[in-house]
Amino acid sequence: MTASRNSVLLFTLKNAPLIILVAVFGTFASLSSKFPTLDNLVNILVQSSSILIAAIGMTFVLLTAGIDLSVGSIMFLSAAIAGKMILAGHPVALAFAVIVVVGALYGAFNAFFITRLAILPFIVTLSTRFAGRGLSLMITETRAMNLPGLVQIGSTRVVGIPFPILVLGFVLAVGHAVLTKTAFGRHIYAVGHDREAAKKAGINTVRVLFLVYVVSGLCAAVGGLVLLSQLGAVSPTFGELREFVAIAAAVLGGTSLFGGRGKVFPGTVLGAVLIQTVENGLNIINADPYVYPLITSFIIFLAVFIDSVRHAQLQQLKRRRIRVETSA
Amino acid sequence: MGNNVLEYQNVEKSFFGVRVLRNVNLALQEGHVLGVVGENGAGKSTLVNILGGVVPADSGTIILGGSHYAPRNPSDAFRHGIAFIHQELNLFANLSIAENMFIASFPKRRFAAIPLIDRKAIRSKTKALLESVDLHLSPDTLVEDLSPGERQLVEIAKALAADARVIIFDEPTTSLTARETERLFAIIERLRSQRISMIYISHILGDVLGLCDDIVVLRDGEVVGRGTRGEFTLEKMISLMVGRDIEQLYPPRSTKPSEEKVLEVNGVSHPGIVRNITFALRRREVLGISGLMGSGRTELARILFGLDPFQSGEILLNGLSLGGCSPRERVRKGMAFLTENRREEGLLMGASVVDDIALASLPSFARTLLRLIDELRMRRAVDRVTDSLRLQYGHRQTAKTLSGGSQQKVVVARWLMEKPSVFILDEPTRGIDIGAKYEVYRIINDLAAQGTAVLFVSSEIEELIGMCDRILVMSNGSIQGCFERPDFDKEKILRAALRKDAIQ
Repeated sequence: MTASRNSVLLFTLKNAPLIILVAVFGTFASLSSKFPTLDNLVNILVQSSSILIAAIGMTFVLLTAGIDLSVGSIMFLSAAIAGKMILAGHPVALAFAVIVVVGALYGAFNAFFITRLAILPFIVTLSTRFAGRGLSLMITETRAMNLPGLVQIGSTRVVGIPFPILVLGFVLAVGHAVLTKTAFGRHIYAVGHDREAAKKAGINTVRVLFLVYVVSGLCAAVGGLVLLSQLGAVSPTFGELREFVAIAAAVLGGTSLFGGRGKVFPGTVLGAVLIQTVENGLNIINADPYVYPLITSFIIFLAVFIDSVRHAQLQQLKRRRIRVETSA
Repeated sequence: MGNNVLEYQNVEKSFFGVRVLRNVNLALQEGHVLGVVGENGAGKSTLVNILGGVVPADSGTIILGGSHYAPRNPSDAFRHGIAFIHQELNLFANLSIAENMFIASFPKRRFAAIPLIDRKAIRSKTKALLESVDLHLSPDTLVEDLSPGERQLVEIAKALAADARVIIFDEPTTSLTARETERLFAIIERLRSQRISMIYISHILGDVLGLCDDIVVLRDGEVVGRGTRGEFTLEKMISLMVGRDIEQLYPPRSTKPSEEKVLEVNGVSHPGIVRNITFALRRREVLGISGLMGSGRTELARILFGLDPFQSGEILLNGLSLGGCSPRERVRKGMAFLTENRREEGLLMGASVVDDIALASLPSFARTLLRLIDELRMRRAVDRVTDSLRLQYGHRQTAKTLSGGSQQKVVVARWLMEKPSVFILDEPTRGIDIGAKYEVYRIINDLAAQGTAVLFVSSEIEELIGMCDRILVMSNGSIQGCFERPDFDKEKILRAALRKDAIQ
């Protein structure tokens, strides 16, 4: 009897993101007929693509029990540099390439302090978060840059698929494949589970940790690129606080802050889409804009709460299992 | 001498100026099991850590398979065919068995320039390896779903996967049930017949004597005894380990139990766990509970402390029914419980020893209006307890840096802060060396002398015989016999423990 109740509880905990998403979806669909249309669904995906790309990189970092608070600043810095280049007459393609390079370098910078100097990721990325934003404000002279030409790219469709979703699809496919099908991906899980044991098993843990921050920087920059192509402007608040939405998306999707547990697909995808769905739905039913942060924060709280319950539950189930073994 | 796979020649190692290994010479023959015994801190772990590439030797040479061997790191050692089955298993619970097997070097196939793991290959290889250690599980099973014994077999399979020449077992049986231990021994026998060489480290000297071809005894980093199994007896190993003949394994008891009953257990039953348990524990008494694995001894201890429920019967502490009191309320009423897994349950590894010990009794040091902690009084109380336990530690030392035996004392010290009237100890000497064991015994005697009633749960009959005033023997969830000092008879106790049905 308790066993079946346990399995129900475990099922609920494991599939919490999907269950919440279905519930949220149902609620909005019943409140407005404009919500459950194909156009709007595509819209939700387009709107969530930039944060989702960043959240995919964040998932890599969280899987190693690390954190990257500089994601929003990476978005801003790479967009600011690209904006300057485009305004100076450089080709857009070159600017986009620079964005990617800046993101990777930024991530490598974080990684250097975290792996070589053994400073806590929280502290390192917290300080580079401020540093990156400050540097970007210097570059942009705290003025907004308008790049209306980019919106054309953002609204391009290739065989009917909007540009942001294309980029997202690519990053997601690569990210998912790397995590599940490559040695590097499995090493990330091993390092996140127990770094000492991973080292003893002969895994180059420094390399793994280094690379996840590079991946996070890359993803943040690509997410920034998508955002830039959607907004067509770089304002002083570009990318601000996006790291927290990315963390929320990953955790909501079942990635554990303790490391070693989580998936970009379906996990993080569900998490990011859920957050965007709430925002989109509130928008459609014309909710008071001041309510948005409240609801978003409630969802983030829910995410962390579920994570801790799940962790405790798993511990408990494990313990019970061993006791049954010995008394049998 | 036969064919030596491995040889240590004058190997030395120091840590921070302290010599841990001095002039160690030993040899491991092909297809032999070499037992390494010694007290905690004798250098056993360092000895094999050098082999496993965890630490380098300072001087001396190691010959592996006829050539010079000096591993740079664990993976280097692994490549040289050294497999290390650690005390804490090095498996990744969040990965599958197959992934764990090949974590260090996945077989790859390329797909569009991305090197992917060849799942099919690792699955089929893993399947075959699991069969060779009698594990009939899917290679895709997550390790977190396995029992400790199964996980160990996976480790061994992993060693086989790497074509290990030498497999090192460091205390492999500590977390295994009796049946799992048997299975492990059978597999070690099979590996031996396949000409695989093994190093076996254990505190359970009987196992070493039964399992190993050759035995090396270490003391203070030196090899003090070396020879084939036939040259050793248990007594010889013990006297070599401690450097003197131990006539007295157990400290003498000077006090006698009083007639005053502190804990009374009347007909306590819980279906499937314990049946009709009745006994009384008196002041100044050391009462042993013996029984095989699964006899219900640990379960009984948990019920007495209120960690698990019971269906019928009653438990009285100082004449008052404990009914449904929570463990916390029981502690307040003077009960203490040292669990089997004291290391995981309750040590703050990063905190200072003083803080660790005072943790549970903090409120009693914060009696002023503002509830501030009286540091001085706390420190004095902690000192009093640690003095009585002969626990030495530095002012700011953390529990993490203490030896296993001392860590246990920290946990004991925490309970003693509140001066319990009933102290339940579940396997207090498991996994610690002889010297530390003696200390634990002395502490138990001191406790009894000070008026505490001690319930001593143990799977080692010898130590119960050496320590207790009375021994209750459990089997199949009920008490099968009660023996009083001086009428202890190991054979009778064992026979009672093995009895399957309750006829008494």
